[in-house]
Amino acid sequence: MPSLSARIAWETAAAVRAPPVPALFHTGEALKLSVQSLTKVFLHSHRESTPALRNISFDVKAGEFICLLGPSGCGKSTLLHLIAGLEKADSGRILVDNKEITGSGRDRVVIFQEPALFPWLNVMDNVSFGLDCAGVPKKDQSKKILEYLRLVGLSSFRKAYTHELSGGMKQRVALARALALEPDILLMDEPFAALDAQTRDMLHTEMQEIWQKTGTTILFVTHNVREAFVLGDRVLLLSARPGRLKKEFRCELPRPRHIEDFALVEAVREVLSDLREEVLAANKKDLDHEELAD
Amino acid sequence: MKNWLTRIGFFGLLIILWEVVARLEIWPGYIFPSFTSVLASMWYGFADGSYPLAILISLRRLAVGYGISLLLGITLGLFVGRIPIVQKTVGSVILGLQALPSVCWLPLALLWFGLSEKAIIFVVIMGAVLSISLSTADGIRNTPPLFLQAAKTMGAAGFQLYSRVILPAALPSIVSGMKLGWSFAWRSLMAGELLYYGGMASLGHLLTMGRELNDMAQVISVMLMIVLIGLLVDFLVFAPVEVRIRERWGLHTSR
Ligand SMILES: Nc1ncnc2c1ncn2[C@@H]1O[C@H](COP(=O)(O)OP(=O)(O)OP(=O)(O)O)[C@@H](O)[C@H]1O
Ligand SMILES: [Mg+2]
Repeated sequence: MPSLSARIAWETAAAVRAPPVPALFHTGEALKLSVQSLTKVFLHSHRESTPALRNISFDVKAGEFICLLGPSGCGKSTLLHLIAGLEKADSGRILVDNKEITGSGRDRVVIFQEPALFPWLNVMDNVSFGLDCAGVPKKDQSKKILEYLRLVGLSSFRKAYTHELSGGMKQRVALARALALEPDILLMDEPFAALDAQTRDMLHTEMQEIWQKTGTTILFVTHNVREAFVLGDRVLLLSARPGRLKKEFRCELPRPRHIEDFALVEAVREVLSDLREEVLAANKKDLDHEELAD
Repeated sequence: MKNWLTRIGFFGLLIILWEVVARLEIWPGYIFPSFTSVLASMWYGFADGSYPLAILISLRRLAVGYGISLLLGITLGLFVGRIPIVQKTVGSVILGLQALPSVCWLPLALLWFGLSEKAIIFVVIMGAVLSISLSTADGIRNTPPLFLQAAKTMGAAGFQLYSRVILPAALPSIVSGMKLGWSFAWRSLMAGELLYYGGMASLGHLLTMGRELNDMAQVISVMLMIVLIGLLVDFLVFAPVEVRIRERWGLHTSR
């Protein structure tokens, strides 16, 4: 058995490594997404500002499964929103298929941290929302919609309204809704955080299957280090706010992976200490900030 | 269920008390008519067809005025809610005009439209349109940004954002505006009809006639009908819609 460190290899951040490009092309696959020196600062009304992301750069190949790890408030959601075109960066560029993005589009679908279902539509109509907007006739949709609802285990709830669903069920509808659009890039913001362990495990397996079947490029934000290594080909570790790329791990354990796999658990242990450092740094920064404010 | 019994019991008692006091004849009948004489007056009114006709005339005016108010109010609200400059200008005018009781528009309306149906319908519109547009604007301004982001990421754009997200999201506000608008429209109509006859025996006109004939029983029976119609529409139309929407939108019902 090869050593663990060979299977999960950590590299320094793409931003630090120079030049960052060649390593990604060894398989000859096309570059899907390129994030180039992205910076985002939020301005508040009281003339203060929060730097959310600073000079972040990375590349993603077509069909790669990337997980983003980082302490709370480091700008992970912001990064996904920028890539989705829902917000504008202060500097830097985002290229999709070598073209700079100008706004939101159905090729990059976000699954938000909160489910964001529409309460005026039932489960089925929520899932078909994107297809409706694209003008796909209802009769051509129903098979696909049922298929994805079945996948998330909610086909018997297709007529239910959102107020009749639990938090985890809502999140699963949101998942089905995004998958039904079959986007090129799927941007998932802690989609499984509200689920019970069994459902989550099941969805981990399903996600790996869907991903292998469809070849979708996935960016998956999570707080759960093990989850990141279950799903990701690569795991990007962001630093405390403002988010920068701190480290990058490559995970080559065979799929389908499971969150309780021995090899995975062992490998992740090493990574945890890195993350702990970051969380501590984040908290310390906050404390310093408070002292300054006092 | 128990609530209903309490209510019915209370009204029953009130009516008995009313009847007893009237039978004591402390005041003459044209000042304090008995409940039974009010009922009789209502009976005659329905029997000779004057009440149904009056109700029809008033409701027709209301339907036209309220319908136009809905169209105008929701459209106006859409612009006020979405476009900041319209909000600052037109929005503040609407807010200001709300301080004016709508019947004060009657003299102006009579000068503009002459002695015609248009004048009274104009008053009804001025009564309802402001609150409808304000609530609509409010609901639209408060569309959760997350809904818009979700719609955009799923490819909705332009007009679709309005028809599929912004308007539905504002529906609870729009409906409460419609309800408010309805009661304002009803009040404005009655005030208008009291002041202006217009050659039609409307509900408001029946009230005036009752006064002129010293027929207090008729005055009270017409008043009762006005109350009942207002309540009935609220009970049959707005209350069920509102309850359903609040439930579906996950807002808490306070009933
Ligand atoms: N709309 C906004 N206006 C102002 N500041 C914002 C806004 N959105 C995010 N921020 C700030 O930007 C920083 C990053 O936020 P973001 O939501 O991206 O963090 P996150 O990494 O997703 O955190 P979590 O893991 O807790 O979800 C935070 O400090 C937050 O306060
Ligand atoms: Mg987040």
